[in-house]
Amino acid sequence: MNDYNFAYLDEQTKRMIRRAILKGLAVPGYQVPFASREMPMPYGWGTGGVQVSAATLTPEDTLKVIDQGADDTTNAVSIRKFFEKTAGVATTEETEKASVIQTRHRIPEAELTEDQILVYQVPIPEPLRFLEPRETETRKMHSLQEYGLMHVKLYEDISQHGAIATAYAYPVKVEGRYVMDPSPIPKFDNPKMEMAAIQLFGAGREQRIYAVPPYTQVVSLDFEDYPFEASKADHPCDLCGAEDSYLDEVILDDAGTRMFVCSDTDYCRTRRDAGHAGRLGAEAA
Amino acid sequence: MYVAVKGGERAIENAHAWLAEERRGDTSVAELSLDQIREQLSLAVNRVMAEGSLYDPELAALAIKQSRGDLIEAIFLIRAYRTTLPRFGYSQPVETGEMACDRRISATFKDAPGGQVLGPTFDYTHRLLDFKLAAEGEVPEAPVSEPRLEATPHISEFLQGEDIIEREPSSDGVPGDLTREPMSFPAGRAVRLQSLTRGDEGFILGMAYSTQRGYARNHAFVGELRIGTVPVEMDIPELGFAIEIGEVELTECETVNQFKGSKTVPPQFTRGYGLVFGQSERKSIAMALVDRALRWEELGEDNVGAAAQDEEFVLSHADNIQATGFLEHIKLPHYVDFQSELELVRKLRREAAEMAETLAAREAAE
Amino acid sequence: MSLETPNAVYAGGFSNPPVAAAHAFRAAMNAMARPGEVQDITGAAPPDGISVAAGSLLLTLCDPETGVYLAPGTDSGALRGWLAFHTGAPVVPAEQADFALGSWEALMPLDRFRIGTPEYPDRSATLIVDTPGYYGTNAVLSGPGIKETARMQLPELTAFQNNAALYPLGVDFFFTSGSLVAALPRSTGITREA
Repeated sequence: MNDYNFAYLDEQTKRMIRRAILKGLAVPGYQVPFASREMPMPYGWGTGGVQVSAATLTPEDTLKVIDQGADDTTNAVSIRKFFEKTAGVATTEETEKASVIQTRHRIPEAELTEDQILVYQVPIPEPLRFLEPRETETRKMHSLQEYGLMHVKLYEDISQHGAIATAYAYPVKVEGRYVMDPSPIPKFDNPKMEMAAIQLFGAGREQRIYAVPPYTQVVSLDFEDYPFEASKADHPCDLCGAEDSYLDEVILDDAGTRMFVCSDTDYCRTRRDAGHAGRLGAEAA
Repeated sequence: MYVAVKGGERAIENAHAWLAEERRGDTSVAELSLDQIREQLSLAVNRVMAEGSLYDPELAALAIKQSRGDLIEAIFLIRAYRTTLPRFGYSQPVETGEMACDRRISATFKDAPGGQVLGPTFDYTHRLLDFKLAAEGEVPEAPVSEPRLEATPHISEFLQGEDIIEREPSSDGVPGDLTREPMSFPAGRAVRLQSLTRGDEGFILGMAYSTQRGYARNHAFVGELRIGTVPVEMDIPELGFAIEIGEVELTECETVNQFKGSKTVPPQFTRGYGLVFGQSERKSIAMALVDRALRWEELGEDNVGAAAQDEEFVLSHADNIQATGFLEHIKLPHYVDFQSELELVRKLRREAAEMAETLAAREAAE
Repeated sequence: MSLETPNAVYAGGFSNPPVAAAHAFRAAMNAMARPGEVQDITGAAPPDGISVAAGSLLLTLCDPETGVYLAPGTDSGALRGWLAFHTGAPVVPAEQADFALGSWEALMPLDRFRIGTPEYPDRSATLIVDTPGYYGTNAVLSGPGIKETARMQLPELTAFQNNAALYPLGVDFFFTSGSLVAALPRSTGITREA
């Protein structure tokens, strides 16, 4: 890959992305259009996140890439390798050692610090898209803060199911102004979005970048009588015993025996290294 | 005991090795050369160049070889490569009126200056499998006639002389470029045409076909279809004039469409336009039909709510690299989101069951 | 470029552009993400009268796709030559600028600059206010990027408060001095320090 520039993208492309990131930080939650480039990986596989990371990385950075909370899922492996090759940056699986974390579908369990940047891969950046497919319309709705449709949708859920039937990509309002798609993270992760780190969101195919600066107010939409609830499986982790982490449910045998394990593989490993053990922890180690 | 899946990296490497082997196929069969692909699968090469937005038959042939003949995959390879190329400048608009035509037909006139030239077309071949080709493909030389020396005029010029077809406004403005600026709507005709010419042939064909079947019918005739080569010229600032830097093969289609007129414009003909790299006849005709359908607003026609009239719909879904990426991404792990849905559905069922129980108990008590 | 162009025009670019620009951008991003917080930014050696920080921002963010307005006192043949050679950015009037460079006084009045549209608030200008130095503070900042409050020295308060009142429209500011940069996006609330 020696023929390619540092972090793959040419400088002009990086400048265009960097300008979009700055605008995104200046107007938190607003989706900045950018001329997304064709990347050597398919649209829908993290091209937005990859472009944002490529424009953000310096040679001194340490990069962590997760998909579903795990460092060893195939697409995370593939993206990590891409940056090892094209940017020559150090990589890590340890959340606290990473300066830039690219993620798909999760926010790490460990609290992120001011020295970290979290880059999200976003498939459909428009939170109103499934209520109104037209960009020309949703753009107007954002400009007028016309979010009634979203509330109606959530309320219809309640009247039909007795609860808001959105479990992931649960919409948030940023600093009281823009309704934003948090990317398809489980709603369990929503409260973590008020954090010390910079959060950048890249949607390559949809050509949008948005951002949430540190300590920005991020509120999950809800109703007074039906408050937002950050739910997860009602179990501790079977490997590390954590009660506070988001869990994957794993089917163990044909009889349907289940176990629950942390989706954040680094969090689980760190806890087990520190001596914590869950129901099956001793055997698994 | 449960062990989490590990070794993603190794699995990926092995998959790539297997893929390479499958691509090569049976090694007792001679390997395809790029020359063979370029010369003998030239219409595939043309499609890859058109939708890859890069005129380079050699690279398109390589992409086809590498992608095992999956043309969308080949287009993807070309697009990803194209993005990394620096831009040295912009060519002058090509002059299709100066085209050295291999093929030029008009459906609107029996004959016209420049003639009807069938060229190398499938049109009147009977679609019978030619089993001789299975054995060997040597063919007798085709008869040759003297090439026309003078330029072949556009059919629309004759209609223009009579002032019975709309005049295209001329402009020296710089057209937009969807590869450099994010798409926004309305996109304008230039960007629309760029999107259509790069768009998926199947998608554009389907959209065009829908207009013919009545979803925004626009009464199109192929005024002219021409295929041939045109020179590409570029201004060289150091020289102070334009020089020819090469030539490209293009297919151009101009449709002539009926137009009833409006309050301000008398009845006349209007046009749809298609221009595509290489010999890409089906695509250029389809492009012209969709272009014409998208012009409803500018021509004061009714929006009948047809898909092909909807600029945002057509342009947002024409790109096969975007479409295939997003379509195929649903095979990536989504178990975190699925887990959250699982929890939710279980909870809703639990609550529904509890509610039913409560109601039953209440009924029993009454 | 004609042969008469002074050599100074060719000098002063990033020595290793991909890496220098990456570092400079991180400084700019950290500044914009944390209003009022001062960051180091280096790499450029712009013509006299322009700070290293302002020059580094220009090299990092400007190219032929961005119009730059050079305010009186900043605009010079040397700077135009340097900007053209290293970025290719066209020099444009204030009303069309994506970026503007100058002293606070020379950049006034503020309402000349683009503030975006309700549907595209990003179509707005970013002003690089090159200042002689950082000294003291007079403003208390709050909003996105700020844990509780931050403090900063601003040339005046009303103009910035008026700009913030336009939110989500408005312009964004970088303040540069020597090799330091701080930023004030339109999202920041501003009150006078007690």
